[in-house]
Amino acid sequence: MAVTLSLTVNGKAVNATVDPRTLLVELLRNQLGLTGTHVGCDTGQCGACTVHVDGRAVKSCNLLAAQANGAVVVTIEGLAAADGTMHPMQAAFKECHGLQCGFCTTGMVMSAIDLVNRHPKASEATIREELEGNLCRCTGYHNIVKAVAQGAAAMAK
Amino acid sequence: MYPFELHRPASIADAAALLAKTGGKALAGGQSLVAAMKLRLAQPGHVVDLSGLAELKGIRREGDAVSIGAMSRHADIASSDVVKGAIPALAALAEGIGDRQVRNVGTIGGSLANNDPAADWPAAVLGLNATVHTNKRKVPADEYFRGMYETALADDEIIVSVSFPVPKKAAYAKFPNPASRFALVGVFVALSGPGVRVAVTGAASSVFRCKPLEDALARSFTAAAAKAVKVDAAGLNADLHGSPAYRAHLVSVMAARAVTSAG
Ligand SMILES: Cc1cc2nc3c(=O)[nH]c(=O)nc-3n(C[C@H](O)[C@H](O)[C@H](O)COP(=O)(O)OP(=O)(O)OC[C@H]3O[C@@H](n4cnc5c(N)ncnc54)[C@H](O)[C@@H]3O)c2cc1C
Ligand code: FES
Ligand code: FES
Repeated sequence: MAVTLSLTVNGKAVNATVDPRTLLVELLRNQLGLTGTHVGCDTGQCGACTVHVDGRAVKSCNLLAAQANGAVVVTIEGLAAADGTMHPMQAAFKECHGLQCGFCTTGMVMSAIDLVNRHPKASEATIREELEGNLCRCTGYHNIVKAVAQGAAAMAK
Repeated sequence: MYPFELHRPASIADAAALLAKTGGKALAGGQSLVAAMKLRLAQPGHVVDLSGLAELKGIRREGDAVSIGAMSRHADIASSDVVKGAIPALAALAEGIGDRQVRNVGTIGGSLANNDPAADWPAAVLGLNATVHTNKRKVPADEYFRGMYETALADDEIIVSVSFPVPKKAAYAKFPNPASRFALVGVFVALSGPGVRVAVTGAASSVFRCKPLEDALARSFTAAAAKAVKVDAAGLNADLHGSPAYRAHLVSVMAARAVTSAG
């Protein structure tokens, strides 16, 4: 039997009717067309599917859509300003070249923002520790860590 | 994932009745259950979402104990001032579970009901001699853990909260599997009025108390005393991550590290 959900996604009210086994990432990508959230592993390991639910980074492939009922969800598409200006963390990833293929990037940015919200002056060690749940197969992480530090400084302004 | 029906009860009584009637599974954070359902390792026909149950929430100091609601997420426990003030070892343990995204969703109740042989919370519950409060009864830690993924819980029994007595000293030291962050071996040591307890996770099919370490630390609560204990490797896990002998060695090493950080 289908379940009805109402939640806020990137500032807009969303009402959806879903099969209970629908994952949050499936609702976002397939029903709402928000394909910036990626599925890397589909087993809760890689963090490519990271979005914010009520301000906290979560892996949307390991959560039922129904678990986000009533919640405020933000995806990578919800970060830029209305005029298209990138979020400071997005800009930092671009400037520091914190990506190669870009597959992990949207999840990295979402995790980075959660981490900076909790640790505005995060050290390099804290950044590395806090990104434990996000895997990158390309960069070797170095420029990602640089980007997060620069994004943190920009977010503080 | 196989199809299932989702229920969202508003009271513990309704949730328990639904579990009893449907033979379904409770859903907390879903970090273990949803993952298992995707792999079809679990295939409940009914899922009972516990997120609407207010009684399962909240962290409180209650006399000589800290009571943690079953639906408290690892991240909430790690950042709780009540927990950090009374039993900092619990906050540190919570902060070491998995990764940030898992800690933001996974709950203590889900972890204890699941009783993964390499999970962290079982070590704290057994090490601190905590009491698991359910909708039916209070289960002492020594009677709660029954084996690999097995607990004293009945199919329609719901964990409401866990009550941790405040120790004199306690600490947890984990040697994490570098990929999953689960414990290859994790040791919780606690010194309190009734004595010393040492609980080991990750090393065997379920969490267990290590009597030789408890005896040694009761005589001398020092890292050297822990390190001098030769733990028996019989019955410990053998897998691609480590042999029983390796794990047995790690138990003393992690116990010594825990004693050092307990101060
Ligand atoms: C990538 C990853 C890394 C992880 N690393 C670690 C780690 O390092 N250490 C560690 O300890 N754990 C780790 N975990 C597991 C994590 O801690 C889970 O959150 C936890 O095991 C289950 O909690 P949950 O709230 O998600 O429960 P769920 O997945 O919702 O439920 C798990 C089981 O418990 C039952 N249940 C849930 N709540 C109750 C209740 N109140 N009463 C009765 N039954 C209940 C459910 O029916 C189900 O059978 C990891 C998980 C992932 C995905
Ligand atoms: S796709 Fe969700 S963690 Fe990898
Ligand atoms: S940039 Fe390719 S996976 Fe990270």
